[in-house]
Amino acid sequence: MKQQKGKIMKKIYILEDLDCANCAAKIENAINELDIVNKASVTFMTKKLVLDADEDKMEQAIQETVKIVKKIEPDVIMKEK
Amino acid sequence: MTKKMKNQLQNIVIAAIVFLVGTILPTIISINSNIELIIFLAAYVIIGRDIVKRAVKNILSGQVFDENFLMSIATIGAFLVGEYPEGVAVMLFYQVGELFQAYAVEKSRNSITDLMDIYPEYANLKDGDSIKQIDPDEAEIGDIIIIKPGEKVPLDCKVLKGNTTLDTRALTGESMPREIEVGDTLISGCININGVVEAEVIKEFGESTVSKILDLVENASSKKAEAENFITKFAKYYTPIVVICAVSLAVIPSLIVGEWETWIYRALSFLVISCPCALVISIPLSFFGGLGGASRCGVLVKGSNYLEALANAEIVVFDKTGTLTKGTFQVKEIRNKKPYSEEEIIKLAAYAESYSNHPIAEALKSAYGKELDNHMLKEVEEIAGHGVKANIDGLLVYAGNAKLMNKLKLNFDDIQVAGTLVHIAVDNQYAGCIIIADQVKEDSRMAIDLLKASGVKQIVMLTGDSELAGEVVAKELGISKAYAELLPGDKVDKVEELFKQKTNYGKLVFVGDGINDAPVLARADIGIAMGGLGSDAAIEAADIVILTDEPSKIAKAMQISKKTLRIVKQNIVFAIGIKILVLILAAFGVATMWAAVFADVGVSVIAILNAMRALKVKN
Repeated sequence: MKQQKGKIMKKIYILEDLDCANCAAKIENAINELDIVNKASVTFMTKKLVLDADEDKMEQAIQETVKIVKKIEPDVIMKEK
Repeated sequence: MTKKMKNQLQNIVIAAIVFLVGTILPTIISINSNIELIIFLAAYVIIGRDIVKRAVKNILSGQVFDENFLMSIATIGAFLVGEYPEGVAVMLFYQVGELFQAYAVEKSRNSITDLMDIYPEYANLKDGDSIKQIDPDEAEIGDIIIIKPGEKVPLDCKVLKGNTTLDTRALTGESMPREIEVGDTLISGCININGVVEAEVIKEFGESTVSKILDLVENASSKKAEAENFITKFAKYYTPIVVICAVSLAVIPSLIVGEWETWIYRALSFLVISCPCALVISIPLSFFGGLGGASRCGVLVKGSNYLEALANAEIVVFDKTGTLTKGTFQVKEIRNKKPYSEEEIIKLAAYAESYSNHPIAEALKSAYGKELDNHMLKEVEEIAGHGVKANIDGLLVYAGNAKLMNKLKLNFDDIQVAGTLVHIAVDNQYAGCIIIADQVKEDSRMAIDLLKASGVKQIVMLTGDSELAGEVVAKELGISKAYAELLPGDKVDKVEELFKQKTNYGKLVFVGDGINDAPVLARADIGIAMGGLGSDAAIEAADIVILTDEPSKIAKAMQISKKTLRIVKQNIVFAIGIKILVLILAAFGVATMWAAVFADVGVSVIAILNAMRALKVKN
């Protein structure tokens, strides 16, 4: 079943200079509203963003995520782990 | 403190001084109200410019209800209705709160990283006669590494040369050092205390215990608890609702009764309270602290959700062997027949079995405890399925089971015990028997008692062992329900049965040693694996991994879980309660903007301080 949909991928990013808990929650909500993302989780305490999307949509998902982060917290730098 | 925080602190101090000048000066000398306005404006620019700037930037990118914007509106509004001191003070306190939050978060982030200070920086690779320092990542299986006293074991490896003691505290919370000899496995992340050892790498860095544990701890907080999800959802609706209330409060009464300024002032208080920061920050912080506290005692919880669920454990199912018992055989009792003494019996048995590597033979040898003199043993013959026949220093000794005694046509006590019996006959006379059994761990009883005391309704034991063996252990530990003679598949069925007995709200916990009980660990609401240090299967399969062999750590983990949840609940009730109270008071004009600042920043600070308690674990 899963094979037909394409492989699921997980990417982990560090959101540097993430210093507002509510923004972390907002970023998480906004990314989760993207259709191409299966699940996203932003953990304020560890500054970690875990992005879960199908392999073929990952590229697009990352681009959208970068946009969202930029919009909500312009100071945050997204670094791949 | 980071550079950003230092800057912020500087701004706060300068603005506070200017603010004080502005408030005190008019009481000493009479000044023009325009000068007063200029002083307060100066203070406002110092403290608030960043926030206003960010607010404007965010509006341009389409972000409306963000804290910066709301704070800017509230404070600028205060200036417009002539409440200059309040405008500055709200901004000032908001910044103090932000700074404190950043500091508290930084501090707990650090204390958790310190806690997990097990990351090895380098490995000493032996390359011919020379030693070179490499990144643990570069080492390969089969490489020989040297570990000196005081260094961390960089990779999982096996000792080839040297003895030492190992400090496992960083991983297990256990302060008793471990003795290490040639042939023992060293677990990465532990600290070598005194000897130099040479060891062969048996796992690559990525597969080594230290990487697995770090990975697990770092990812734990991304599996969020229900309470966290609730707060995220709450926050999403809270701000817009409060803002809409603020707008209606400013407009509707003014249209009816007039007095625009009063109603706008009250509405501005609403805006100050509209940030759900206290909740959004303190709830994850509590869970983070709880996870950190737990890992400090050697309990690795794989997610905030499991920490949350553990508090509602209703049924705890234990596997027996290796979990409640040590899983190793030991001589429990010696029943000697005169004229043979206990000492003699065990000595003869140890000699008779001296060539065997069977666990039973090992138990006999270790119970005898003395070096065996090979010259004493003249002849040994194994009688398959029965035992052994041996000539020990001129004595003809038979050691074996009841079948052997029957074969020899000897009279003996065929007793029923939980364990294995080794009968001994000397020169065709029955000399006695030795009872060998698995041993209950020292703290198993305490673990069961503590679990009962903390409100677990049912404690069940499952075992593949005989009815009798199961019964004895269950009785010793005070477990009322025990199922014996189960095959691994039966264990899943039993757990399914138990699932039907629990309430919707309660959770079923299964505790095993991670070896061949993976299906049950997965089926249970919470799977706990014991003695996970060095066992990959256990770390993979379980939701909670206990790094030591102590079942009492489960009770400890439950305690931490309950404490964390208590803190979470306190914070939710306290923060929402105060905010709603102040909102109501502000609407009726009882609470001033000062109270609103308290409801925002003060509540955050208190909630954070409360959340930080979760990190502290009593031993």
